[in-house]
Amino acid sequence: MEELLRPLFSDDYGWLLYIILAAPPMVFILLYALITVWTEMKISAHMQDRVAYMYTGPHGILQPLADILKLIQKENTVPAAANKPLFFLAPFLVFIGTYAGFATLPFSSAYIGSNINLGVFYILAVTSIVVVGLLMAGWASNNKWSMFGAMRSAGQIISYEIPTALALLVAVMITGSLNLQDVIRFQEGGIQNWVVFGGSLPLAQKLPLIPFTAIAFLIMFIAGIAEVNRTPFDLPEAESELVQGYNTEYSGMKFAIFYLAEYANMYLVSGVAACLFLGGWSSPFGDFMSGPIWGVFWIVLKAYGFVVLQIWIRWTLPRLRVDQLMYTSWKVLIPFLFVCVFATGLILVL
Amino acid sequence: MTPQEIHDNLKAKFGTAVADAKLDALQPWIGLAPDRTLEVCRFLHDEAGFEFDYLSCLSGVDYNDGKLGVVYHLFSMNQKHKIVLKALCTREQPHIQSVSQVWGTANWHEREAFDMFGIVFDGHPDLRRILCGDDYPGHPLRKDFKVPEFYNGMKVPY
Amino acid sequence: MKETRTLPTDYVTKPGRTSSGRTLRTDEMIINMGPQHPSTHGVLRLEIVVDGEIVVDVIPHIGYLHRCFEKHAEHMTNYQQVIPYVDRMDYLSSMNNDWAYALAVEKLLKLEIPDRVQHIRVIMAELQRIASHLIAVGTYAIDMGAFTPFLWCFRDRERILDLFELTCGARLLYNYIWVGGVSHDLPPGFAEKAKDFCRDFRETMQEVHDVLTYNEIFIKRTANVGVLPKDVAINWACSGPMLRGSGVDWDLRRDDPYGVYHKFDWNVQIGKGEVGTVGDCWDRYIVRMREMEESARLIEQALATLPEGNVQSAIPKRIRPEAGDAYVRSESPRGELGFYVISDGTASPYRVKGRAPAFVNLSVLPEISRGAMIADLVAIVGSVDIVLGEVDR
Repeated sequence: MEELLRPLFSDDYGWLLYIILAAPPMVFILLYALITVWTEMKISAHMQDRVAYMYTGPHGILQPLADILKLIQKENTVPAAANKPLFFLAPFLVFIGTYAGFATLPFSSAYIGSNINLGVFYILAVTSIVVVGLLMAGWASNNKWSMFGAMRSAGQIISYEIPTALALLVAVMITGSLNLQDVIRFQEGGIQNWVVFGGSLPLAQKLPLIPFTAIAFLIMFIAGIAEVNRTPFDLPEAESELVQGYNTEYSGMKFAIFYLAEYANMYLVSGVAACLFLGGWSSPFGDFMSGPIWGVFWIVLKAYGFVVLQIWIRWTLPRLRVDQLMYTSWKVLIPFLFVCVFATGLILVL
Repeated sequence: MTPQEIHDNLKAKFGTAVADAKLDALQPWIGLAPDRTLEVCRFLHDEAGFEFDYLSCLSGVDYNDGKLGVVYHLFSMNQKHKIVLKALCTREQPHIQSVSQVWGTANWHEREAFDMFGIVFDGHPDLRRILCGDDYPGHPLRKDFKVPEFYNGMKVPY
Repeated sequence: MKETRTLPTDYVTKPGRTSSGRTLRTDEMIINMGPQHPSTHGVLRLEIVVDGEIVVDVIPHIGYLHRCFEKHAEHMTNYQQVIPYVDRMDYLSSMNNDWAYALAVEKLLKLEIPDRVQHIRVIMAELQRIASHLIAVGTYAIDMGAFTPFLWCFRDRERILDLFELTCGARLLYNYIWVGGVSHDLPPGFAEKAKDFCRDFRETMQEVHDVLTYNEIFIKRTANVGVLPKDVAINWACSGPMLRGSGVDWDLRRDDPYGVYHKFDWNVQIGKGEVGTVGDCWDRYIVRMREMEESARLIEQALATLPEGNVQSAIPKRIRPEAGDAYVRSESPRGELGFYVISDGTASPYRVKGRAPAFVNLSVLPEISRGAMIADLVAIVGSVDIVLGEVDR
């Protein structure tokens, strides 16, 4: 899309071009958050044998809007002994870390915020800013329970970066590039070319790869849930122990930003998994239903499918204790991934 | 063992520690001296044949004739027999020996008796009020307790 | 896999050494959990001394819900008037409270209770036991982070509350079981509805079993956590599912009998350490789940053999027991609920002491939670199944 628009802007107004290119993810995040709030409400309600809101609009469609209006007009309480600059800055840092990751997430073959060669590596690096934001939120609240939540959260996110990176490595080794557009082009041509089924390699190389890529994909999804602090990994915001964890002292718009950042992060992690392993914006039928506009449909379908899966898992499973969480990451996921990476490398070389 | 046998055994062993008894009541009870409850209860807990390892209930009572008391309801899981012990003390000298070393559950029950009646349990590891506030004036379940007019600045009787 | 965590006894006081040889003292933090807290099941304040995430000591502070029911009872002009107060002790199992108090007064009066009343009391008590255990299991699940079984349990509990409302008009605090009888007879249609409930209940409980009981994450959170050894349990007078979860085969309905439980065919469920150690939180949870099924069996049998009669024929017009005292205990969903009633020959009680199982079970908390992590502490408090109304009276 950058190539299409560039001729319309003279050099003086180049900065306006960049703003226009950066806007679609923001618009998308806001719309998507509204829809996902409604989806989560309805899925959780039907799993729990009840119906959720039915009054605000037919089947509660306008409820997310009502929630946003409520959050906007709420009083922004700040604890008296809190560290005010950090307290104000924390939610924004969390959102910035997530939003910046959208820069290299493609939405179709024609649109990607910033087509750098380091796409996936950049996402991994910049989402770590979220940790800084969470620690600031916990510390600045001047509340022992928030601090607990923040410490646990920092430890959890940092630990689960490693399985994410290793699983990513499997996909990158097969496709040969860190740029997500190239990764997806490698998988074009139909469902059999998806990395989770071995990628578009000759059959002799592909078949032995399938178990390893499937495991890497599964672990990437699990690590993604941990990165987002969703159940079963939501101990940092475990309602029954820490009230709300690092969120406790936040109210009103700042809480809304944390909430928005969580949903955006869910999409980001699902989007990365979909791009790397499930073919991104390429159609599973090869040429049928493919093209720049269809690409948006496919990637949003795949990433949103994972978001729904995350919602489903959240309302089914209990949560892990923090040391069990760490144990899972370091002693279970990482050894499996070492084997996958090693095996993938071996198969590709031979 | 029947209550009569328990009473005879205790009387034979401890003599003056065992005060009066009423073995034909609905639930037969044996009275104890307030300053020797620990050794009697330890005997009842450890001795083979008695083995009273379960303290069901420890209640404070305010007998209207100037006496406070504690009632112990003991039970044995092995022998399946029960007995009731009562220890009395006066209002001027409200001291009874604690049995929290024998049964861990006596800890909280004695704290409650102290809170409600003002009975001081000698040898209790952590005797402080449990249900009322720490600065509450008086001991509420005593028969002569007057409700305070103000407590911490709040008017009490409505 | 079994995780064992050994805590050296001098963990707290041992100073560390830095690489340059200087001693490093790590501080413990004192954290307050409560009185208002989503997971302490009421107004309970836990003062926790923590070293990082490991709990070094727990000091429970209670008394926030103390309503001095014992003092009120002494001022009542009638023994029957104490029953609404007794209802409110353990508000989640009111029927059992009513029955325990009624038993104590009936023993003082040496009353003979008609058979129909006994059967109805068993039906109500067992329905109440199921309702109470549903809350216990549901809130335990939500403490562990599984939000869905909570709502399934409450959905089933609504059906029980509908049955109670059909009978006596109240959903939570019934004032139903009086000294000498019950306040209302069973309405027409009650038996069919109760039987339908028992039949449907087994299927819905199977769903909760599928989601929770052998779920790997749930087992990791609850197995080998908060182990209560048998001798500690007996010494600290634990009762009910806490005692049975530690492997002690003891149930007051069978071993210190009251009512007509001996007429029915039912089993006592004890914990056997199936997925961990005997006496851990999982054992207490599974004892409660299995007890619910036993209660359903009891209800069906009691309904099948319900005799005819007048439920109010034995209720005395004036209750004036002769001077004396009696302590009678019964099996409430939380354990041994006993009432020690002293009568001085007048129409109002001289002293009523309620021996609340949750009060006694809570006192064992510091013993079993040293060395646990904070998340485990939540699991342990949930498995004790306290109701603050009973703890504080």
